[in-house]
Order: sequence, then C-alpha cells, then structure tokens
Amino acid sequence: MEGLAHQIIAGIATGGIYAAVALALVMIYQATHHVNFAQGEMATLSTFIALSIIQAGVPYWLAFLATIIVSFVIGVVVERVLMRPVQNAPVLTHVGVFIGLLLIIGNGTGWIFGYTTKAFPSPFSSEQPLLGGLVSAHELGSTAVTLGVLVLVYLFFRHTSLGLAMRAAAYNPRSARLVGVRVGWMLALGWGLAAAIGAVAGMMVAPVVFLDPNMMLGILLYAFAGALLGGIDNPAGAVIGGFAVGVLENLAGAYVVGTELKLTVALAIIIGVLVVKPSGLFGRVVTSRV
Amino acid sequence: MTTSRRALLAATAATLATPRIAPAQQAPGVTANEIRIGSTNALSGPASSYSVISRALTAVFKRQNDQGGIAGRQINFIVYDDGYQPPRTLEQTRRLVEQDRVAFLFNQLGTPTNSAIHRYVNQRKIPHLFLATGADKWANPKEYPWTIGWQPSYRTEAQIYAKHILEQKPDAKIALLYQNDDFGKDYVNGVRDVLGPRFDAMVKLASHEATDPTIDSQIVSLQSTGADALICGIIPRFAAQAIRRVHDIGWRPLMFMTNVSVSGAVVMQPAGPEKGIGLITSDYRKDQSDPAWANDPGMNEWRDFMRRYIPDGELGDNNYTYAYGVASTMLQVLRQCGNDFSRENVMRQATNIKPLDVATLLPGVKVQTQPNNYNVIRQMQLQRWDGRSWVRFGGVIEGANV
Amino acid sequence: MSAAEQTAAVPLRRPETTVAGWQRAALLLAGLALAILPAFLLESFQLFQLTMAVIMALAVLGLNIVTGYNGQISLGHGAFFAVGAYVTAILMSHLDWSFWATLPVSAVVCGLVGYGVGFPALRLGGLYLALTTFSLAVAVPQILKHKAIEDWTGGVQGLFLVKPDPPSWAPFDPDQWMYLVAVLVSAACFLLAWNLIRGRIGRALMAIRDHPTAAEAMGMDIATLKTRAFATSAMITGIAGSLSAVAVEFVAPDSFTFALSISLFVGMVVGGVASILGSLFGGLFVLFVPNIAETVSKAAPGVIYGIILIGFLFILPDGFAGLLRRLYARARRGAG
Repeated sequence: MEGLAHQIIAGIATGGIYAAVALALVMIYQATHHVNFAQGEMATLSTFIALSIIQAGVPYWLAFLATIIVSFVIGVVVERVLMRPVQNAPVLTHVGVFIGLLLIIGNGTGWIFGYTTKAFPSPFSSEQPLLGGLVSAHELGSTAVTLGVLVLVYLFFRHTSLGLAMRAAAYNPRSARLVGVRVGWMLALGWGLAAAIGAVAGMMVAPVVFLDPNMMLGILLYAFAGALLGGIDNPAGAVIGGFAVGVLENLAGAYVVGTELKLTVALAIIIGVLVVKPSGLFGRVVTSRV
Repeated sequence: MTTSRRALLAATAATLATPRIAPAQQAPGVTANEIRIGSTNALSGPASSYSVISRALTAVFKRQNDQGGIAGRQINFIVYDDGYQPPRTLEQTRRLVEQDRVAFLFNQLGTPTNSAIHRYVNQRKIPHLFLATGADKWANPKEYPWTIGWQPSYRTEAQIYAKHILEQKPDAKIALLYQNDDFGKDYVNGVRDVLGPRFDAMVKLASHEATDPTIDSQIVSLQSTGADALICGIIPRFAAQAIRRVHDIGWRPLMFMTNVSVSGAVVMQPAGPEKGIGLITSDYRKDQSDPAWANDPGMNEWRDFMRRYIPDGELGDNNYTYAYGVASTMLQVLRQCGNDFSRENVMRQATNIKPLDVATLLPGVKVQTQPNNYNVIRQMQLQRWDGRSWVRFGGVIEGANV
Repeated sequence: MSAAEQTAAVPLRRPETTVAGWQRAALLLAGLALAILPAFLLESFQLFQLTMAVIMALAVLGLNIVTGYNGQISLGHGAFFAVGAYVTAILMSHLDWSFWATLPVSAVVCGLVGYGVGFPALRLGGLYLALTTFSLAVAVPQILKHKAIEDWTGGVQGLFLVKPDPPSWAPFDPDQWMYLVAVLVSAACFLLAWNLIRGRIGRALMAIRDHPTAAEAMGMDIATLKTRAFATSAMITGIAGSLSAVAVEFVAPDSFTFALSISLFVGMVVGGVASILGSLFGGLFVLFVPNIAETVSKAAPGVIYGIILIGFLFILPDGFAGLLRRLYARARRGAG
C-alpha cells in the first residue's frame, strides 16, 4: 500500500510538469484554435535564455521576469513573421510550418547552447526532503506556480475584454473583425502569451528533469494528452488532465503492464476516455451547423 | 540456369567494384595528396548531442593536416547526417562509398545505424573502423572481418559490476534500471551473463524510454523491491535524476552507473556532488573535470587541442575526450600504413596495433588489436565518487569473460 | 475490399477531362517508361536513393488518401509503415518466404490495423485524432521491442533480410531490380488510388471531408467510408514499408520512430494535400531536401531543413500540386 501511495505521489509530481506545458497548449489553442507542435521546443529555448541570464549574474526572479518578456516577444515575432504569410493556407499547411519551426528551434538550440545536460536553479529550495524524498520543495513550489498561472489565465479569458476579444478572434475571425477586434494582433498576442507560459513551464520543469535541448521532446506528448483529456478549451481541465496523465502512467507502469509499455497503455486509456467523451472530461460539447 | 545467373551476378559485381571513372592509382579514396575518410553521425534529430564527436574528429584531422598530413597526404574527412535513422545510414554510407569513393569508414555513430550497414561494408570489403557504439557484436573477426569497434563493450562493463556485487554481497538483491534500447539492454545481458540461472531470482528490472520526462516511478518501484544494489544503464540526463532521487528518498543501495554517464561536469555536479558519494563506475577515460588530471600531460595535450581548434567547445562534454582518443587511434593506424593506403593494408594495420597509450585514457588502459581479437580497449578500472572526484580502486581489470 | 470498391466505381465514372481513353493509356505508358528509365541511366547509389524516394512517395500517397482526401488527420502513418516492414521482415527471415508472397500478407495486416484505428477515429476529429495517431506512432516502436514478441521481431537488435534476387532471365543487378520492383509495385498502387479517387468513392470521401453533416444527410454511410479509407490508406503505406524493409535489408525499432511519421506528413503537405501526383513530389522532397540542407550547414542541418520547408510553404502554401493546378488552369485558359 505504501508503494501505491508513493507511485501516486511521484505521479502527481511528474503530472505537475505535464500540467504546466498543457496550460501553454490551451493558451495557444484558445487564441488561435491550433496546437503548436513547436511549443515544447520554444519553451526549451526560453529556458536556455533564462539560464544564460542567470549565469550572467542576474538574480533569479529578475531573470524569470526578463525571460517571460523575451519569450513573449519571440512568440509575437514568430506569429508575425512565420504564421502571417500562411494565415489563409489550409490547416495542414500550418501544421507543416509548425514542424519546420520545431526543426529550426530544436536543432538551433543545441547548436547555440550545446548539448550537455545542465542543472537549472530553483527558487524554492529546502534541505529537508518532503514526503520521504518523493517530492522536493521545488516540485511543490512549481505546482503552486502552475496553479497561479492557471488562475491568471482563467481571469484573463473570463474577466478581461482583451481575453474576450482574443477568444472571439480565434472562434470566429470574420465576425470578430466586424465588431472591431483586430484579429491579426489578437493572434500575435496569443502566440506571445503562449510562449510566455511555455517559458514559465520550462523554468519550472528544468530543475526536475535537467536542461538539454531535447528536454521537452517527450513532455509535449504527455502534455498534449493531458490537455485533450481535460478539455483543450478549459484551462482547469487541462491542468487536471496533466496530473491525471502523470498518475495514470505510473500506475500502469507499476501495476499493470510493466515499464516497457506504460506509455502505450496510458495513451490507450486516454484515447478510450476520449472515444466516450470526445471533448474531454471537462470540455464543452460543440455542435456544428450545416 | 543458376550458373549463368551466378556468372552474371559476378560480372555485375565486378563492374560495381571497379569504379566507372578509374582513378590513377589502385587504392580507392587515395591520391598522391589526399586520403578520403567517410563517417556518419546524428547531426540532426534527438541524438544530435553526439554530433560534437564528428566536430572534434574533423578538428583533430585538421590539426594533422596543418602539421603536414599523413605521408604527405591531406586527410579529407567527410561526415554525413543520418539523423540516427538506420535507413538513412545506409543511404549516406552508400553515398560515401559509391559516390565520394572514400578509402574507408571511421567512427560511425550508433548500434542500430551501424547494424544496417554491417553486411554491406563486409560484402564490399571496406574497412569499417572504430565505431562509436559500445555493443559487443563488433568484435567478430570470423564473420565480419572488416568491422571493428573501439570502446569497451557495455556488456563487459555490466559483467564487471555484477561480479563486484557478488564479491561484496553474495546474497544481494539487485535492481537494474535501463534505457529500453540496445544500449540499456546490454546491461541486462551482461548481468545475466554473470548470474546465469540465478538472474530471475536476484534481479528486479525497470526500464524507461529515452523520451520519458522522469524516472521517479521506476526508482520508487525498484526501491520497494527491497534491493540493496542498483545498476544503472541510462544516459546522462536520467543519471543525474537517478542519483538525486535515490539519495532523496533515503535509499542507500550499492549503486553502479554506466561510464556513459559519469562526467563530473555533466552528471555529478547537476545531481549534487554530495548526493553521489559512494557511486561506483568502471571507466577507461580520464574525466576532464577531475582535479587529479589538472596537470596531466595527456589531458594538457587535449586541452591545448581544444583551445586552439575548438575554442567554443564545452570543456565539460566528455564526447570531446572520447573523440580525441578514437582519433588518436585512427592516426596511429594511418601512420602504421606507411605509404600503402589500400583497404587491405588499412584493415591489416587497424587489427595489428601494439599496446598504445592514448592521451585521454586512464593510465594502464591501452589501445591494442590483434587479427583474432577485435576488442580494442579491453581494460577498465573501478572508481568511486568521493563527493569531489573519482577515486580509482582495485587494479586495472582486463576483460570480464565469464 | 478496395478491389471491390474499384470495380463498383468504374461504371459510374464519368469522363472527367477531355482526354480520351487511349490518350490516357498512352500517357500512362509514357509515364511508366519514364519511371523505368533511370534504372539504366543512374549509378547504383543514385538508383538506391531514387528507390527510397519512390517508397516514400508511396507511403505519402497512403497518408494522402486518409488525410488529404478524407480529411482525417494522421500524424502516425509511420506506424503502418513499420507494421508492413516487420510483416515482410518476419516472414522472410523466420519463415523464408519470398518477398512477393509477403506483400499480400503485409497489405492485409496493415489494412486490418488501419481498420481498427479507423474506429476510434469515427468519434474523434481534428486534434483528438492527431493525438490518437501520434500515439500510435510513438507506441508501435515500443511494442515492437517488447519482450513478449522479441523472438519474432528481434527486439532492439532488429531483423536482417535480403533483397529479392533479379530473375535469372533478366540482365539486372540487384539495385536495378530493386528499383524496378519498387516502381512496379508503386505504380500499381498509384493506379489503384487514382481509380479510387476518380470514382464515386473518391467523391464521397471528399464530400465527407468538406461537409460531413451534409454528406450524411445525402445518405452516405460515413462510418463505413471513413474506416475503409483508413484501411486502404494503411494498406498502401504498409506496402511501402514492406518495400523499404527489403530495400534497406534491415528493420529495427529505431527505423520507425515518430520522425518517420513527421517526414511522411511533411511529404504530403509539400507535395500538395489531396493530390496523387503531389505524393510523388513529396517523396522526392523528404528524401533529397535533408541532403541539400546538409550541404548548406553541417553544424545545424535541421535548421536549414526547417527554413527550406517553411520557405517552400510560403511560396506554395498548397504544395507542389497547387502549382501544377495553377499552371494547368493557365494553360487551359490560354488554349481556350
């Protein structure tokens, strides 16, 4: 029984990582109705930028803030430069551009910053391991940060006119334009915010998994699964989905099929759930008109 | 029917073997002022952290060229990207052999990738030298006389750990954490070699995928089996995670780490140097971050090379010391060739290296080959992390054949 | 199954263009002759590359049927490619079957797997289907190396096999023969796909893609069509996998990572979504452009490849096929 509790706690700790990245995916989906497959790579790049700033001697929280701003700008620039020219192209072309972006940022990060594994500092430190060493102070702290970001995202979309305009621009660009929403800038803003949230996720994840150019490669799939499981249009659902994926995967690995197939089984379960509830556990059911 | 087909095949094979544009001299890939050498590496994709090896090899050859080359010839080292995908390795290797007409192949990266070309290079009798992989199947001179590895095999390393455990704790319960690929599986095989029928009773296994974000779940599972020894066949990022997590949950097994992941700068410092105290590995290289080698002539030679030829390289990355060692071996073979760079002679020299000291290898660890023994580096030494650096103990271990 | 669809489609097919039947046949023959020509012109390495490009083109064609024509996004076609390759490899190396005998088995197995994947796909659209198929691409290599089937798949070490021998009457070397085999098998699949798409089935697939609710209201059996589209698509990509297994003479889990699925997807987008000829271009693109990228920069070939890819999509957002369509339309306007 103790083993089970430990697996669940470890799963929640890992799930926090997925939840953070899932939030970034929800952000970009809310703003553009796309899932950016290069989101993970962009977050890794942001984390490397943060490390460079910290190594230059800047205090952690200042570097944290600076990285968020830089990442926001990168996100906006990417949208303006790379997505704008293909905005009227078919969706599949957009996915093609995402793949190109993934290749450029993934390979470029290694080229610029090197490939070795690097330690990334954490602002939350304690000498005393918590819960029998299964959870570090950092993991608790980063979960709090994730929840904080979640609250901000929720408030932003529900209670600010900018958030409303952004959702409108993504949901129905033509009508939004008619009521005076500057759709182009809304998309760019969405990319910027998603990149900023991705940067936060990267800085929270890196102290746990260690930083290298492929840090997010595996995480993105889990985060994507978590976001869809919870409901891609529901930030809180995505966070819960992220935690659920972490726990589910651990339990599958420890008690069901062994570690070799734990990802496979976890994904199969998630897809099974989605077949029953196609818009996720907490997603809104959308009906379409002919 | 069959005979005529054989003859036809032989004829086509002969036309394939003789290049359509016949060069002036007999040895392919060699002219009066050039030796062409080919290689593949993962310059892109998830395995591209190894691309620094090619970069370092190119730099070593450049230094050699600056110093006059080999027998008056400049080395032209051609590297192509295979993205660690076996079909592309075959494509790029065929490009090197059939289009660029290289003299031979050197230090291609990866086990599955080299497997894809193993038969091709041996059928064509092209030297396939000093591969960048620790699988043990490359030392098979009877069936594959044209292929030779370099580093000690992972399997041998795992055998050393298993034997050490049996000496220390004959009744140990062993936990084995490995990456679910050819690299990690070799540790399972090595431990199985030593334990034989007792393997299933003594060993608990947990694997992870290279794409897994963390390995916490596996460590929790292994700890709950009550194991008192832990062998890890995992890459650096997971090694740092494992060392830290095992320490944090208060588990104190006799812990062994593959020598792939024991760099002071890349693994031990990120994990927390005090958390790895007591960790054991078995290595053949000097760790460049170890203060013991601060004034070592061999390592100074390497540092001087890095400063002049790869000034922006990360000094903590032990792919650079690996590359320096394997390139030194290659240069030794080329020097031994005299003026005959035919494929036959290159292979003959590569398999007749007298015990040789290499700058970046531990004292007592030699590079050597014989025509019937393709294990180039056969020696390793156990070492233990004391919180600051690796401390060697016991003698140099030669082989571990059970 | 698809043969039945094909025969059902033939009588209903209306002449699409002004090209007469004999002209079409002549075009086809000319195309085939053009495809075979390189076997006698190129050196064996280039021929090998072209063989791989043809195989990739065939795999892209498979993807195009389900994603391009039917609008069901798949990021996991590498999985079907892997299944096809492994079926051929296992039958050839364990049971000593001839390559030709493995092809129908491979097609049937992949068709069944595709059919199975098609069912959750009925309920899941867009992103959810992308996740499902992407999961498949990630899961298949892990399943292939699982210890329960390791004796058959060779586990992480993979399996070795040999190319089919050229027939004794034919004056070909193994590389030439392999190329011809790849071209003939692919040509047959392209022809099949072309007939399928040009017919009633193809129209139905596109109607479902463009307006599912309307299509259903008009009495189309969406579920059957969608699952069959998946099965046909998987079958074609699986046959490409079989060809690749013998062309490379080696299969291993690392040959079929999700990078392969991404490559196929890129091939489809640059070739042109919902275009048969575009698939051919896509195959050439994903095989040759990484090599071009590499000649530009050894330090970061992935960056160059990404830039070329995005640049290409800027200039031709609807892919190579879009360019062809525009040129064709202009030529017709000019003529008329």
